Amino acid sequence: MARRFDAGYYISEGVHSIFTHGFMSFAAVCMIVACLIIMGSFSLLAVNLDNMLGDLENENEMVVYIDDSLTQDQARALQPNLAQVDNVSQLTFVTKEAAVTDFKAKRQEIADVLNDLPSDAFQDRYRVHVVDIERMAQTKAALEQVEGVSEVQAAIEIADGFVMVRNIATGVAMVLIGILLVVSLFIIANTIKLATFYRREEIAIMKMCGATDGFIEWPFVVEGMILGLTGALIAFFVQWGLYQLVAKLAVQGNGLSLVTMISYSSMATTILAVFCGVGAVIGVGGSLLAIRKFLQV
Amino acid sequence: MVRFIDVHKEYDNGTKALKGVNVRIDDGEFVFLVGPSGSGKSTLIKLITAEIAPTEGRVMVNGFNLNTITPRQVPLMRRTLGIIFQDFRLIEKKTVYENLAFSMRAIGASNRELRRRIPYVLQLVGLDKKGDRFPGQLSGGEQQRVAIARALVNNPSMIIADEPTGNLDPQRSLEIMMLLERINELGTTVLVVTHEKNLVNRFTKRVVAIENGRIMSDGTGGYYNGEKI
Ligand SMILES: Nc1ncnc2c1ncn2[C@@H]1O[C@H](COP(=O)(O)OP(=O)(O)OP(=O)(O)O)[C@@H](O)[C@H]1O
Ligand SMILES: [Mg+2]
Repeated sequence: MARRFDAGYYISEGVHSIFTHGFMSFAAVCMIVACLIIMGSFSLLAVNLDNMLGDLENENEMVVYIDDSLTQDQARALQPNLAQVDNVSQLTFVTKEAAVTDFKAKRQEIADVLNDLPSDAFQDRYRVHVVDIERMAQTKAALEQVEGVSEVQAAIEIADGFVMVRNIATGVAMVLIGILLVVSLFIIANTIKLATFYRREEIAIMKMCGATDGFIEWPFVVEGMILGLTGALIAFFVQWGLYQLVAKLAVQGNGLSLVTMISYSSMATTILAVFCGVGAVIGVGGSLLAIRKFLQV
Repeated sequence: MVRFIDVHKEYDNGTKALKGVNVRIDDGEFVFLVGPSGSGKSTLIKLITAEIAPTEGRVMVNGFNLNTITPRQVPLMRRTLGIIFQDFRLIEKKTVYENLAFSMRAIGASNRELRRRIPYVLQLVGLDKKGDRFPGQLSGGEQQRVAIARALVNNPSMIIADEPTGNLDPQRSLEIMMLLERINELGTTVLVVTHEKNLVNRFTKRVVAIENGRIMSDGTGGYYNGEKI
């Protein structure tokens, strides 16, 4: 007899099975939705936090003061030496004159007092950005070793604070996501086990007739996949609603718009793809977990 | 074709169900397998269907060596068999027609093949008017006919029936045996397990008698419980 991959049959059997034990299917979908939303919320929080931290990190620059004994030309010549230091991403030379002008510009209210501020009061300096703020302390120490550098100013504590917040958020998110994934997997596995229990007589008959394991497994895999994808789709839209709500509250909560949120629609495709991917993996994984054992007859 | 060579079967709990069975059933034969309860009849059937594996000895079924068969080949071997049980094992929520269709689809038959084969098989077992009934709407004898039709629908080379008449009255039982005899005449090998001495003796067929895990007698014309009738 012909051996064909009858997708229509597997899908109709899978869908049928979902409805014959509707409550368990409903529970499984709810669980996937909950799992994905919690996972999504943490991820979105992390993404936004990362985005905001990125902005703040960019502003978090070090200032390398050059020894007064060096002429401006000599100070300029230091650039390659400084650039060689590990973790340095961007170097901007600022002459003492430019520093004064900048200083004055930022303090317009007291411009009169500052008017006769001698440019000698300032040192030539470099503004330095780093690649990785986690290693800011080492970079600072290394820069201080460079000949001609008198002092390095860096807000190490602030940098460390950023790093810690981000690490904690990532860690908590990872653990929670891991736990939820395992829980969802087991819920799906139980749903599918129930489905196989409902159909144990039919399965026995199929085996007796000489149905292949694949033929018997496919409807359950399809069922798990449909449950997973349904959950993913629902979660996507619920997540959208939640995100808009939070975004609205965040804007209302700070008139200064210190908090800037990435728009959901700009991430929608990625979110949908990730949700569907995770949903399908949970669904299919749960099915395989459930049917692996009983097929060994 | 079935061939058992010095087959032993010991279950996990230590029960020795078969103790050195040698049996050969050729294509086209009709064989009764008889013996008291617990003698090992169902064990022998389950060895043929590869539900269990022998502890010792060789088992050949329709060209498959069950000692070396791979899990992937087991379904292919089962397609050469049509299996019938005492308790019918029909799907209650499917009609007669759907029960047969289910079995055909299980091995990948197309809708065209279904439409061609099912009416023929239903007519063969005398149920051509009852295809759209549910099993619950049929008598026991009729339900067993459906089970026979299902066993036949994939055109096996051998029918194996484990106590097919255990739940039926003598008249229905005789009708079922006569149906199996007719199927055999159409070319299918038939192996029937039964307790029912009177029924066996209504036919002149080969009778293999098993007792306490050993073949006690094997011959044509009504050997039963060691005594010739
Ligand atoms: N799964 C099993 N595990 C352990 N022992 C078993 C198992 N199946 C059968 N037996 C034992 O093996 C022996 C043979 O059993 P079998 O079912 O083959 O007998 P039978 O001839 O079919 O009997 P009956 O006519 O009552 O159906 C019996 O002693 C039985 O208790
Ligand atoms: Mg038995």
